Amino acid sequence: MNMNNVAPIPAQDLAFRSIESEAIHILRETAAEFRNAALLFSGGKDSAVIVHLASKAFWPSPIPFPLLHIDTEHNFPEVIAFRDDTAKRYGARLSVRSLEGSIERGTVVLGREDESRNPHQAVTLLEAIEEMKFDACIGGARRDEEKARAKERVFSVRNEFGQWEPRSQRPELWDLYNGRLSKGENMRVFPISNWTEADVWRYIAAENIHLPSLYFAHEREVVERSGVLVPITPLTPLKPREKPEMRSVRFRTVGDITCTCPVASTARTMDEILEEVIAARVSERGATRLDDQASDSAMEERKRAGYF
Amino acid sequence: MSDTNFLRAPLRVTTAGSVDDGKSTLIGRLLYDLDAVPIDQRQALERDMERKGRTIPDFALLTDGLLAEREQGITVDVAYRYFASTKRKFIIADVPGHEQYTRNMATGASRADAAVTLIDARRGVTVQTRRHLCISALLRVRTQIIAVNKMDLIGHDLRRFAAIRDEVADFSQRLGRPIPTAVPISALAGENVVHKSDQMQWYDGPPLLDLLDSAPGESFRLELPLRMPVQGVNRPQTTEHHDFRGYMGRIESGAMEVGQKISIYPAGLTTTITGIYVGSTQLQRADAPTSVTITVADELDVTRGDLIGDPANPPQVARKLAADLIWLDRAPLDLRRPYLIKHGARTHQAKVETLDHLLDITTLAEIEAEGQLATNEIGRVALRLGTDVSFDTYEANRATGALVMIDPATNATVAGGIIRGASA
Repeated sequence: MNMNNVAPIPAQDLAFRSIESEAIHILRETAAEFRNAALLFSGGKDSAVIVHLASKAFWPSPIPFPLLHIDTEHNFPEVIAFRDDTAKRYGARLSVRSLEGSIERGTVVLGREDESRNPHQAVTLLEAIEEMKFDACIGGARRDEEKARAKERVFSVRNEFGQWEPRSQRPELWDLYNGRLSKGENMRVFPISNWTEADVWRYIAAENIHLPSLYFAHEREVVERSGVLVPITPLTPLKPREKPEMRSVRFRTVGDITCTCPVASTARTMDEILEEVIAARVSERGATRLDDQASDSAMEERKRAGYF
Repeated sequence: MSDTNFLRAPLRVTTAGSVDDGKSTLIGRLLYDLDAVPIDQRQALERDMERKGRTIPDFALLTDGLLAEREQGITVDVAYRYFASTKRKFIIADVPGHEQYTRNMATGASRADAAVTLIDARRGVTVQTRRHLCISALLRVRTQIIAVNKMDLIGHDLRRFAAIRDEVADFSQRLGRPIPTAVPISALAGENVVHKSDQMQWYDGPPLLDLLDSAPGESFRLELPLRMPVQGVNRPQTTEHHDFRGYMGRIESGAMEVGQKISIYPAGLTTTITGIYVGSTQLQRADAPTSVTITVADELDVTRGDLIGDPANPPQVARKLAADLIWLDRAPLDLRRPYLIKHGARTHQAKVETLDHLLDITTLAEIEAEGQLATNEIGRVALRLGTDVSFDTYEANRATGALVMIDPATNATVAGGIIRGASA
């Protein structure tokens, strides 16, 4: 890609410079401290931002990490097309490991064919880590997303079962990250820990970062279930007596079709989205993720079980 | 919400206090009064109020994130919160007050521009208060604010507030630190947090939020000499950039310009900057805290961990350091064993040669060490490193004066360290 066309962040925008530089600092520490780190790429906006930051951190060298996508095969087609485009645009290596592979191996057993595949991604991720011998995985999680994530370290050690042990986290002082691992351990690295959803959008706008079209308002067939808009897809069909409606919606997160829902929105441009996000009154995960509504501590339980 | 708050670097704030002083309530109240609680979380608060028959929301529910904590009703780990006022953005480290978690206090304070220490107006200054003031002083948190909480429970008594304020002022002076600003509040009732209380006419100062809005941030780094630890050498070796050789790092203090003379430490080699890049954008000048890649005029042997500095204001170079270690690990310091020191972008082999004395964490007075440095204790040590280290004292520069110690057997981060100077 021709990076010279990208508008630089205005020099006076200290807030940006501070968090962009922090993320770049973390990515460079990751490249130096690990032998074989992967960048987890979901096709969502946060991982798109990380890919962009990595390309800036190491320019004119290529991104030193392969992009790893754990594909549930329950993705919106726009997201898959975007994933392939992004790898090409940034000249990055792309590895895809499919949940279907784990199902064939018998390591993932679905209770129901149509159940959410999100919780099972952990199995496929661990299998990919083992197969490709990754010692660290870079992710786009932010501390403002959810209460359990608010306590996450930037360098977060996972045990050999991929589990997060919140009570035995390493203290993280100053910006001195301890990247050392014992046998069987693996690191998760979160370069945009200190960003908020509004920061992410402002950065995407300032740096002209491409996103899947799902993030912008479009007409879509949906049905309202307990206050949440559920898109009508072959994987999430209408239930008896439900009436679908065409609504102007956009997605705030992208993930497994069966548990990712859009919000009503008419924001078709970056500026309109920014306006909407800055005024946002519902938390990102609360609005759009059915898997987080199950219980107040849903995320922590999944993290303990190895969910990214 | 206006957009101007994005124009300033976020202020990093740490909160401290004893276990029931109401830190989580205070942060919850800040979020709530600034309208930063999303609707779904607001609804969860209301459901909880209904279930428990409360009249004021249980704000701790917004911040105490882990299952284990909700079961015990205490915060066990540092949680980070993000919000913005009309003036700026804030990153708040919500630090647990339980004694065994003093290490978390050090974690929060290590990066903080400002510390808010909560004191329960009924209980006054406690051992834990003094401990937190000492750690903030030791870690050089620039802005100290004392929030005397639960004023509503003592009838908004001026004399009680003044007594606490004066005791803290006296204590801070004995620590050799500036006198903190004190503000009387009720986090639960929302008095003097975001909105000024009409219950305390005798208090003519601003509410807590205004104090945070006007606190100085990280801009003082610009006034310090140039320091940039080299995180890596960038050599693409592609046809397009065949001869490009850049040094990657974040400018931790000061500024740099194309054409400027710099030195690379510990070797002390001097060269001239020929290019400064952020991504592919070339800049004439850059300053802290920007992450950059620079090119220089001479072909030098520069590796990860070297420190780029201003030859007119050079860092010190030594093999032995005097440092104060804040011991974080369960296993105490073992003088016979080797450790690793991470400082800037370099990891050194190290041995602790001597443990000279401990610091009383409630007074910062020196006390005799009986050969032990255990969890939550602070001790002055002499460190011998395997390689030369280029550094500044912590007092002169936080970024080049701090280190962490790692146990190579367990890979645990066992201590945070503050460099006091070269050791004989």
